[in-house]
Amino acid sequence: MKVALFVPCYVDQFYPKAAIATLELLEKLGVEVHYPKNQTCCGQPMANSGYEHLTTGCNNLFIDNFSGYDYIVCPSGSCTLHIKEHLHSPEKEEQAVDIRKRVYELTEFLVDVLNVTELKANFPYKVGLHQSCHGLRGLRISQMSELVAPVFSKPAQLLDMVQGLELVPLTRQDDCCGFGGTFCVAEEAVSSKMGKDRVDDHIEHGAQYITSADLSCLMHMEGILRRQKSDVKVIHVAEILNHYSHE
Amino acid sequence: MSNVATKSHSELASVFNQDEPRVDWHDETLWWVRQKRDIQAHKLPEWELLRETASQIKNNVLSNLSEYLEQFEANAISNGIIVHWAANAEEHNKIVHRLLQERGINRMVKSKSMLTEECHLNEYLKEQGIDVIDSDLGERIVQLAGEPPSHIVLPCIHKKKEEIGDIFHEHLGSAKGESDPKILTETARQHLREVFLTRRAALTGVNFAIAETGEFVICTNEGNADMGAHLAEIHIASMGIEKIIPERKHLGVFLRLLTRSATGQPITTYSSHFKKPQQGTEIHIVIVDNGRSIQLGREDFRNSLKCIRCGACMNTCPVYRKSGGHSYHTAVAGPIGSILAPNLDMKKYADLPFASTLCGSCSNVCPVKIDIHDQLYKWRQVIVKEGYSPKAKTMAMKAMAFTLSSPALYRSGGKVGRLVFKYAPFAVNNRLNPWYKHREMPKAPEESFGEWYSKRKEEKK
Repeated sequence: MKVALFVPCYVDQFYPKAAIATLELLEKLGVEVHYPKNQTCCGQPMANSGYEHLTTGCNNLFIDNFSGYDYIVCPSGSCTLHIKEHLHSPEKEEQAVDIRKRVYELTEFLVDVLNVTELKANFPYKVGLHQSCHGLRGLRISQMSELVAPVFSKPAQLLDMVQGLELVPLTRQDDCCGFGGTFCVAEEAVSSKMGKDRVDDHIEHGAQYITSADLSCLMHMEGILRRQKSDVKVIHVAEILNHYSHE
Repeated sequence: MSNVATKSHSELASVFNQDEPRVDWHDETLWWVRQKRDIQAHKLPEWELLRETASQIKNNVLSNLSEYLEQFEANAISNGIIVHWAANAEEHNKIVHRLLQERGINRMVKSKSMLTEECHLNEYLKEQGIDVIDSDLGERIVQLAGEPPSHIVLPCIHKKKEEIGDIFHEHLGSAKGESDPKILTETARQHLREVFLTRRAALTGVNFAIAETGEFVICTNEGNADMGAHLAEIHIASMGIEKIIPERKHLGVFLRLLTRSATGQPITTYSSHFKKPQQGTEIHIVIVDNGRSIQLGREDFRNSLKCIRCGACMNTCPVYRKSGGHSYHTAVAGPIGSILAPNLDMKKYADLPFASTLCGSCSNVCPVKIDIHDQLYKWRQVIVKEGYSPKAKTMAMKAMAFTLSSPALYRSGGKVGRLVFKYAPFAVNNRLNPWYKHREMPKAPEESFGEWYSKRKEEKK
């Protein structure tokens, strides 16, 4: 199985640890992982701002980097969803269609493709799981609270395999954190209020860490936590699943 | 359309957010309604099937709208109802005015009509010297306060009971400082009873117009639509062209969905059917287009016309809950309003499709399965292409797209202090950056993942 690692631009630049954990975790599980080195960005920042017509360059670059793999795995639900829904190329549409079918968010890849049932991992902390909207309602890696349908959560299923980890309940299990790409500056007041309220929910329930399958939400909540000088930290789900200490 | 320059959603929302306890109260109130909706929805194992069925019935209606409208008109006429057609708000308002004028009526009672808000009927009639009283309690409150509704189902949800007490004290003579909802409701009831008894004309909205029978249905909790309509000589019902359902049996789907979605009640207290006028009275229906047929012609946006005005998308929307209905500066606020309004005036409402994180909750509570958040995304593309996006934003986006299209530029940008993100909103650490107002920026690590990976590859050799 030949897997390409798709590391979103802001993860590459600001959160390399999450990408390293993703790579190591996949390798531990016996996957041959390649990192196409000319990758940059999925194009979502432009597209969600109304500039999808400017993403041709990003799209073609993405196709050049990620064609020919069995799977493409990404530690971000949002970027994965963008590729799944919006990767197009007038010249290389066939390859684009193929990539759209092969791209997976990390937790759905672990559960649905690798069928992971146990992990050698420990993390003796109270953890709040933030359900990122694009992973939740776009990729359906968990069941959303709006629907009358069976409950499941792929990230929670994996976190349950981690020794010592306690998932804390939340009052609002899947309210949005308010990041929303350029929304976070265009609608600064509402965005930061949404983030603050999400963070409060985790803190009120005793979370020591907030985790998620999406770093953009975590980056937003981290910005708020650090401004509040809170001890609560954010951590990508891959870093927990890859965490094993003998102490 | 008014030409008065309105502030954008973002500006209005930041004013709303200056009072944080009030934002919390507003958010909690609407979340409570969303939870009531959840409880009712989960009581029906067939909920998702109902949504799908409603969606398909509405798709059928939109695909055959002209035929259903003509069928409805023919049946309504044979029932003794008089039918009028209005291409736009102005025509609608003129028709209503003419009907009143012909009968020498200068006072009218109104109930359950967001369409007349959309058409600004009250203002128009006031200019013609006609007094209109909104009889739904919530609408009456905002009318007395001189404000538009902030929510299509809960028009005064932004007002606290103490504020309502003050309004009633000023306008209806309740005791100063009285805020007991029971007493205030009784005050309104006494006031409205007099209105119902003395008005010769009543205007209502329409929830469902049934093509098969020519009848229409109005859903209310207060019974005020019936009270107004039954006591008046002339009942005018205003409806948008999309209110049609093909057959009476389809009410079994829509009535079960509507109120569960709206307020978490199994059904409204009154589902009133109007089919033919009582002896000595008249029923008129005004069927209004006002941009709807243009929306019907927009393939990406036509299914916004499936909307049954339940307001569930507002209650679930975190942006609506934390910015308030008035921040949307349009008759229909929230996610659904943000996909309807640009059709009416793209320039004036260019900000609304951006007043969303695209979280998708709206599309999934919607009882008729409108893909609201996908349409918000699509409106953004249309608005930018039509040139209604700020120039500075366009420049920044072009620069960002250029950098991200080139691996070399991307990498060299990253090396000098993660410069590639100079166009990214969260990366500039200064007071002019809106991110920084309430949030710290992420710390730049010593090396990017790409740099780490190249080193590891070297070491492995």
